[in-house]
Amino acid sequence: MSQASEGSRSLHLSQVTKEFASFTAVDSLDLDVAHGSFFALLGPSGCGKTTTLRMVAGLETPTSGSIRIGDTDITYAKPYQRPVNTVFQSYALFPHLDVHENIAFGLRRRRSAEVDRQVKDMLDLVELDGQARKKPHQLSGGQQQRVALARALVNGPDVLLLDEPLGALDLKLRRAMQIELKRIQTEVGLTFVHVTHDQEEAMTMADTVAVMNAGVIEQMGAPAELYENPRTTFVANFLGQSNLIAGKVLGRDGDFVKVDMHGIAVSVPAQRAHTDGTEGWVGIRPEKVLIAEVGEDIDAPGNHLEGGIVTDVSFVGVSTQYLVRMPWGQELQVFEQNTGRRKIFAHGEKVDLSWRPEYAFLLDSSQDVNAGIEDD
Amino acid sequence: MAALTAPARAAEDSAKRVGGSRWTGYWLLAPGAIWLGLFFVVPFYSLVSASLFDPNGSVLTGYKVNYHVGNFATAVKDYHPELLRSLWYAGLATLICLVIGYVLAYAIAFKAGRWRNLLLVLVIAPFFTSFLLRTLSWKLILADHGFVVSTLQHLHVLGHDGRLLNTWLAVVAGIVYNFLPFMVLPLYASLEKIDGRLVEAAGDLYASPFTAFFKVTWPLSLPGVVAGTLLTFIPAAGDYINAQLLGSPGERMVGNVIQSLFTSSQDYATAGALSLILMIIIIGMVLVYIRKVGTEDLV
Repeated sequence: MSQASEGSRSLHLSQVTKEFASFTAVDSLDLDVAHGSFFALLGPSGCGKTTTLRMVAGLETPTSGSIRIGDTDITYAKPYQRPVNTVFQSYALFPHLDVHENIAFGLRRRRSAEVDRQVKDMLDLVELDGQARKKPHQLSGGQQQRVALARALVNGPDVLLLDEPLGALDLKLRRAMQIELKRIQTEVGLTFVHVTHDQEEAMTMADTVAVMNAGVIEQMGAPAELYENPRTTFVANFLGQSNLIAGKVLGRDGDFVKVDMHGIAVSVPAQRAHTDGTEGWVGIRPEKVLIAEVGEDIDAPGNHLEGGIVTDVSFVGVSTQYLVRMPWGQELQVFEQNTGRRKIFAHGEKVDLSWRPEYAFLLDSSQDVNAGIEDD
Repeated sequence: MAALTAPARAAEDSAKRVGGSRWTGYWLLAPGAIWLGLFFVVPFYSLVSASLFDPNGSVLTGYKVNYHVGNFATAVKDYHPELLRSLWYAGLATLICLVIGYVLAYAIAFKAGRWRNLLLVLVIAPFFTSFLLRTLSWKLILADHGFVVSTLQHLHVLGHDGRLLNTWLAVVAGIVYNFLPFMVLPLYASLEKIDGRLVEAAGDLYASPFTAFFKVTWPLSLPGVVAGTLLTFIPAAGDYINAQLLGSPGERMVGNVIQSLFTSSQDYATAGALSLILMIIIIGMVLVYIRKVGTEDLV
């Protein structure tokens, strides 16, 4: 690996646009990925994340804009001329070569020294020692996935691209590989850019997540930040679940914005209010909503909602998930942890809801309230 | 039998059914086996007997099998130039077919897009006219005062009285033309199966398009290369139409010799021996070739 300073190997995309014949896949994208970080591009299929990845790999050429690694412009460099390697979604292992030769492929192209030792080290890292002479079709899906990872990593790229690398694995193996990938990334200290549509996968592994939708980045930040303070309805719905309630802005005083929500006055912290308009969507995560018997004193001064009726109860062990119909007809989701100290309500019971103002957020009323809700 | 319990009887019944299905395979094989027996084994037996005829036999005196192995020596002694020429022409034509066919099959498999099926139809379209007619047309195309020869003369590629017809070039060109589809189709079948993402992956791993081709595409297409070269070389080595119509006596191939020995001079002994020699040489070469290229390592 080169001794260049860390800043000079970070990845920068500026104003990158990719247009295909009939649509714009990526629209004026700006992205900076610091060296050594685990970066996830998260979005539904067709949002442009894979196109973005392929442009960084050199498998697609941007219509406009530039891509740099450090100070080197690689926008138009051939795939084989850039310090970038890819773990492909389908693994794309060479079926006619054994595991050892698959991993050695990149090293041999660059006439690297000590190919055998480097391959062996890689096999140790991905815990596949002893499988070197097997052909890819003799390996399980998880093993093939590790070979694909080793084949890319062994070249010590400045940026490692992962295109839905865990998509083909079953749930249990996927969880194991998530931990494994994170371990390897920490161990080798390379920049990983991970493309996925699985929000849980993105949040568990990445330092920084960029949520992408329709060719643009909706919001970028640490997983907790995105989850706790989404800026758009798409992020609020795609990353976990949210209750979004229509409201009219009554006024802004200092740290809080007062909102009238179907006749109930609630407040939202000013730094979590992402609209300047007179209307907006008040957002609250289901697990932040507290549920209580009518008239019971609950710990959430400020935002208190009365007149709810439980319309659905799902007991899922660690928590109970309620749907509560509010007087204005909307059903709100409530997750309550099963601490054993709280009553489990039944269908049809009257309840009050409340939440602490600091957990609420306010989104622009022009946004689609159902954006980012997946059908499946 | 009364002692048989119901489950035991059921087991026996199902065993009978399995027994029935064991014969199904043989019934299905029968038509092919009968065909091969009638039209391959029987003629082959008669060919082997012919190669062991008394060379002094004639249509008038009749032929006797006297195990005259000397027929083989005579055949080699008298006709080894034609034998070698056949292998040389067929080999050269196969090589040219491979180059042209590979490029064509590659283009159809990877670059043709929606024209793919049309192009494949065009590759086999010549089969809709007879082999003989097509070769006769080549005679016209390559004729001394034809447009190809005059153009080449004009460009000084050919001398003033240079010609194409009745040269080895015409014979090889004819073979290439006639056997090209046998090369293209298996090549296409094996190229078409190659996952384009493998080539992308090679590029991602620092292989230039050139290297990616030789390290990924070519090895993965080897089964098609083997099938195509065999399907071209074997019939080409025994062909006599191209040499007869497009060549002069100086381009006679072993097929022409066998044909004239059988039909004109009625020297069945030498003709039979020569046929067997050609067959043995081809089988030998194919075995060495397959061993060398070794397709069992390929997926």
